[in-house]
Amino acid sequence: MQAFLNTNGSVIVEDLITVIQENRQYLSDIDGAIGDGDHGINMNKGFTLCAESLKETPGDLTHCLNTLSKILMTKIGGSMGPLYGFFFQSMAKKTGDNEKVNGQIFGEMLNAAVGSIQTISDARVGDKTLLDVLVPAAHTFNAYFAQGSDFLTALHEMKSAAIKGRDSTKEMIAKKGRASRLGERSRGVLDAGATSCCLILCTMADSIKKIIK
Amino acid sequence: MQKIINKANNVVEEMLAGYIRAMKDSVASTENDRVLKYKNAPVSGKVGIVTGGGSGHKPAFIGYIGKNMVDAVAVGEIFSSPPAQMFYDAFKAADAGQGVACLYGNYAGDNMNVKMAIEMANADGISVKTVVANDDVPSAPKNERNRRRGVAGEILMWKVGGAKAAMGAGLDDVIAAAQKAIDNTRSVGIGLSPCTIPEVGHPNFKIEEGKMEVGIGHHGEPGLEVAAIETSKEMAKRMADIVLPDLPFNKNDEVVVLISGLGSTPMMELCILFNDVADILDKAGIGIYHSYVGNYFTSLEMAGVTLTVMKLDEELKKCIDFEADSVGLRQFER
Repeated sequence: MQAFLNTNGSVIVEDLITVIQENRQYLSDIDGAIGDGDHGINMNKGFTLCAESLKETPGDLTHCLNTLSKILMTKIGGSMGPLYGFFFQSMAKKTGDNEKVNGQIFGEMLNAAVGSIQTISDARVGDKTLLDVLVPAAHTFNAYFAQGSDFLTALHEMKSAAIKGRDSTKEMIAKKGRASRLGERSRGVLDAGATSCCLILCTMADSIKKIIK
Repeated sequence: MQKIINKANNVVEEMLAGYIRAMKDSVASTENDRVLKYKNAPVSGKVGIVTGGGSGHKPAFIGYIGKNMVDAVAVGEIFSSPPAQMFYDAFKAADAGQGVACLYGNYAGDNMNVKMAIEMANADGISVKTVVANDDVPSAPKNERNRRRGVAGEILMWKVGGAKAAMGAGLDDVIAAAQKAIDNTRSVGIGLSPCTIPEVGHPNFKIEEGKMEVGIGHHGEPGLEVAAIETSKEMAKRMADIVLPDLPFNKNDEVVVLISGLGSTPMMELCILFNDVADILDKAGIGIYHSYVGNYFTSLEMAGVTLTVMKLDEELKKCIDFEADSVGLRQFER
């Protein structure tokens, strides 16, 4: 069965840090259209602080996810600090002490992430939030994996679902967060949280491909 | 970008360092470098008053730390809610064992972080109750008032809550008074020019020359409409027409009027607008009990103004009249 070692998983968080740093301006520009233009800045600040912390105290995937979560929750505010803080914390709980992370565990990580967002937000699919990416991505991965697809194939399908979910937010009217006060005028622009969530899930898939055995 | 800064990503830290040094007679730092407190907090026997929010709104939020006002403030990044940890540390800095009233504005991030901070505080045995300001009329229809943003009306909420706590009221009574203050308050803003978050480096919305945005939010959230710029009299009428029918404010009501600049509008223009608002209220038979005109709640260097009106009863009058000593609001007992 395809899996990767928890000890090799630190590269996933390293790649996440890189992709958020590279997309700092892009995420802020998207946010600026209907929000206040700081999504990329705040994400970059949190992920960069995480990079500094991991340089001092490196570790396995569980450790890296916990570090990222703790920094987002204690240092980065807004709504994205707690949302992504819970997101990565719930994933770290699933990787836990496991020596290997297989498709079964990864599917549980995605479901846990959905559940964690739902504990602090009452947003639903269709509200123009990161759930429009996360929910279909988790569902697609688990559906393919349950039907007998291998880890890599399920990851590939998850990426497609995430991208499709991200693009679906363009025509939605925002129901949550700052953009929700814009009503009809929030249509026609991608949701910044959905866009960063798509980047995160696609990067995780690509990183796992590098270390899967 | 014409700004007096060093590093764009360090403006909040450096602002706080300067603020603490300049205002050392009234504020003090805490173990958390993003939490400031009244130098005498926690005030023995008094309910603690806490607020917090994104930076860029000076004198809000830290400017309202002081005697009979706010005891501790959590300071976020520019226009971004502070994390839960900071709200929690602010609760601890303000709590004298009588509980904490967390009086803040209705934004998704603040709601989430305050909720998490309260869970942390409850685990520590600190009792925290909240009032969420939602005075900004244009941000949602009246039947969805719980979706409206909190804007300059927050100052009146802090004034009332702070006074009530200083008078010796218990947590439930402080919360009830602050809730009544915001329930009786309505606001509207007009934006004339945008603002620039230093790290973004350019304005993230536009207001064309000769135009004004009616109903703009404190972070540049688009308003009800973009119209050609008008005279002060016309703006006053437009703002009164949005604010007055919403509560509604009626003949013989007594009110507090708060006119705040959004950052770069001169005091002179605020006085011109106040004069026109006062004419409208006089004509409507609404009595102005007390007025505040100045830069009370800004949005970096945005040009524009907010009008806030609060309907008074005897309890609110007493709280408004109470002595207050903070950087942003200072008055003698009358």
